Amino acid sequence: MAHGSGGKAMKDLIDAIFVEQFDNDELAKLEDQARISIADLSKIGDRLAFTTDSYVVYPLFFAGGDIGKLAVAGTVNDLAVGGATPLYLTCSLILEEGLAVVDLRRVIVSMAQTARACGVSIVTGDTKVVERGSADKMFINTAGVGVIKVGTAISAAAARAGDVILVNGSIGDHGAAIVASRGDLAIESDIESDCRPLSDLISNMLAVCPDIRSMRDATRGGIATVLNEFASASKLCFKLDERSVPLKSEVRGICEILGLDPFYLANEGKIVVVAPASAAQSLLQCMRAHPDGRDAAIIGEVLPAPESMVIVKTIFGGEKILDMLVGDQLPRIC
Amino acid sequence: MKYVDEFREPEKASKLFAQIETLAAEVSGKLGRPVQLMEFCGGHTHAIFRFGIEQMLSKNIELIHGPGCPVCVLPRSRVDDCVALAERDDVIFTTFGDAMRVPGSKKSLLQAKADGAQVKMVYSPLDALALAKQNPDKEVIFFALGFETTMPSTALTLLQAESDGVKNFSLFCNHITTVPILQSLLDAPQFSIDGFVAPGHVSMVVGEEPFDYIANRYQKPLVITGFEPLDILQSIIMLLLQLKEGRAQMQNQYARVVLKQGNHPGLSAMAKVFELRDKFEWRGLGSIDQSGVKIRDEYARYDAERKFPVASIKVEDPINCQCGEVLKGMIKPWQCKVFGTLCTPEQPLGALMVSSEGACAAYYRFGNVEELLVQKENYLAKGK
Repeated sequence: MAHGSGGKAMKDLIDAIFVEQFDNDELAKLEDQARISIADLSKIGDRLAFTTDSYVVYPLFFAGGDIGKLAVAGTVNDLAVGGATPLYLTCSLILEEGLAVVDLRRVIVSMAQTARACGVSIVTGDTKVVERGSADKMFINTAGVGVIKVGTAISAAAARAGDVILVNGSIGDHGAAIVASRGDLAIESDIESDCRPLSDLISNMLAVCPDIRSMRDATRGGIATVLNEFASASKLCFKLDERSVPLKSEVRGICEILGLDPFYLANEGKIVVVAPASAAQSLLQCMRAHPDGRDAAIIGEVLPAPESMVIVKTIFGGEKILDMLVGDQLPRIC
Repeated sequence: MKYVDEFREPEKASKLFAQIETLAAEVSGKLGRPVQLMEFCGGHTHAIFRFGIEQMLSKNIELIHGPGCPVCVLPRSRVDDCVALAERDDVIFTTFGDAMRVPGSKKSLLQAKADGAQVKMVYSPLDALALAKQNPDKEVIFFALGFETTMPSTALTLLQAESDGVKNFSLFCNHITTVPILQSLLDAPQFSIDGFVAPGHVSMVVGEEPFDYIANRYQKPLVITGFEPLDILQSIIMLLLQLKEGRAQMQNQYARVVLKQGNHPGLSAMAKVFELRDKFEWRGLGSIDQSGVKIRDEYARYDAERKFPVASIKVEDPINCQCGEVLKGMIKPWQCKVFGTLCTPEQPLGALMVSSEGACAAYYRFGNVEELLVQKENYLAKGK
C-alpha cells in the first residue's frame, strides 16, 4: 500500500520504473501535467484527436502480448483509425496490493517498447494502489493525443453504396488467444494475440487512399460490432462474403469447440476499412506490403438496402443477419 | 479442418439443395401445402441459422424449430430456484454459459452474479467438482441441465465425487428427456409436422430404439441427424424420400457416430444415478409426465434440492407469451404477440429470445419482417 501513498516509496517506484522506462524529457520534468506546444501540433494537422480507454484484461500476460502492450496499442489504434497521427499518451495505473514488482516492471517495459515502436511518448501518469481484493492485479488507463491532417475525414457514417469492405488480416486471434491463455479449458493452442499498434500501416494506407470513408479497430465485439456501427451510422447494408474473411484454423477450432462466433471475437490488431471500390486494389496491395496487413482481404461490399443491416453470405450462398452482440458471447450447452 | 470441411463442401451442398427442391415440389404438391419438418435439437437450429440453410430452401419446405434447446424450455421457477441457491453465502453456484442469461421471474443468474452472488461459468461438471475440492468451506452446486446428451457426464461426475469422498458438491438436477416431449408434441391437437430431423447427440447416448418406436407409433418419418450442414441437407432428402414413397421409418443418417444400441457406459451411469420424475414443468409447454429425471435416493447427499430448501414456486409464463406455440411450430416467431415489443434479446420475456440460437432471437433482427422480406426478395431478385 505504501507505493500508492504519495510518499518516498512511491517516488522510488516512479523513478526506478516509469521515468527510466518511458524515458522522455516531458515526463522527466515530473510536473503535474505535460506541456505540449500548440505551434508544434498545428504544423502536423488542423484537428486534435483525443481518446481514452481502460484495460482490465485477465490474464495480464498472454501469448502475443500483455496488458501493457495492449494499453498502448489500443489507444494508439483508437487515434490512428480516425486518421490522426498519434503523439502523446498518459498512463494511469490501478494496482492491487500484493502485485509483484517484477510483473509491474515487465508490463511497464512492454508499454515503453510498444510506445517507442510507434513513435509516441508517454508523458504523464498516475499510480494508485488499492487493497487486495479491490482490483484484479492491475488495471491500466491510457489517454492519447494525436493530430489529424488537413483534408482527412474518416467517419462511421461516410460509407456509400458501392464501396468495398476490407480487413487487414485474420479475425479473432486476440479473443481466441485470451480464451486459450485462461488455462481453465485445457486447450493447447499456438494461437497468439494480434495485439499491435497499427499507426504505421494506417499512415501508409492514407497515403495511397486519402479518401478512406470509414475505419475502426475491431476490438471488443469483433468485426460484427464495427460493421453494425457502420451500418447503423450510414443507414446502408454491409454485406460480407464469409468465404473471403481471413480466419486462422486454430481460431476456427477454438470457436467450433466452444460454440463461439469468430465475427464477435475481440481483436487488438485488426481494422475494418470502408473505401471506394476504385481504390480497392491499390489499397489492398499497400496493406499486404506492410507486415501488419500481410493477410489483408476484401471481405464484402456496401449496398443501398436493406438499411442499417449487416448480412453475411454463407459458404453455401445462403444469407444470414449478423446482429450486434447482446451481452457477452457465452458458450452453448449443445 | 480435418473431419469438418468435408461436411461443409459448397459444391456438394448445391447438389443436395437441387435434389431437395425437386423432391419438396413433388411432396408439397401431393400434400397441397408446404412440407413441414421439425428439427428438435437446438444444435440443429444453430447450424441452420449459422449456414443460412433455411433461406436456401424453396417455399415448398418449412423448417420448424422445435423445443430441443434445454435453455429455452427451462421454466422460470427453476431459474428462480437457481438464483436463490446462488445467493446463499455458503454456496458457489456453477453453470454452463448459456444458462446465465435465462430470465427468472425476478432476475437471471447473470444479474444475480452482478448483485454479488457467487456464480461461476464452467465448461464441464468436472470443472465444478474441481472447484469443490479447491473450496472445502463452500458448497459447490452444479446446475445440471440438458437432455440425454449431457446426462452421462453429470452422472459420471456425481459418481466421481462419491469415489473421491467429496462432500461439498451437489447437483441441482434439471435434466430432461427427449421421448416424452416428442410424444407430447405428437399427441397435441393442431400438430401437423410431417417429419423430424432427430437429435444426433441424444441418439449417441440412447441409440436408435426410442426413435424407432416413435416413428412406428405415430407413423412419422424421423431421421437421426448429425450437426454439419451437409448432414442436415442429407437428412431432409431422406425425410422427403420417405414422404414421397409413403414410408414412416426411423433412419440413421449419423451412423458415423450413433450406434444402434447407444452408449452403454453412459446409459448405465445414468440408470445408476437418475430416476424418472412423475412430472416436470417445461417452459411454454406445461407439465409433462415422466419428462425429467431426479437423483435416486441412494445419492440424496449429492442432491441440492434435498440439501437446501428450494421453493419451486410455479411461475406462470407471461400471459401474452407464446413460446409454447412457437415451440410447437403453430406460429412463426414474429407472429407472437410480444415479439420485438415486450420481448427482445435485450429484455427477453420468453426463453426463445435468450440465446442467440433461440428461434425468436434469430428472427428478431428482421424487425418488421413482412416488409423486410419483401425488400430482401427484391434485392435478391436484382442480384440474380
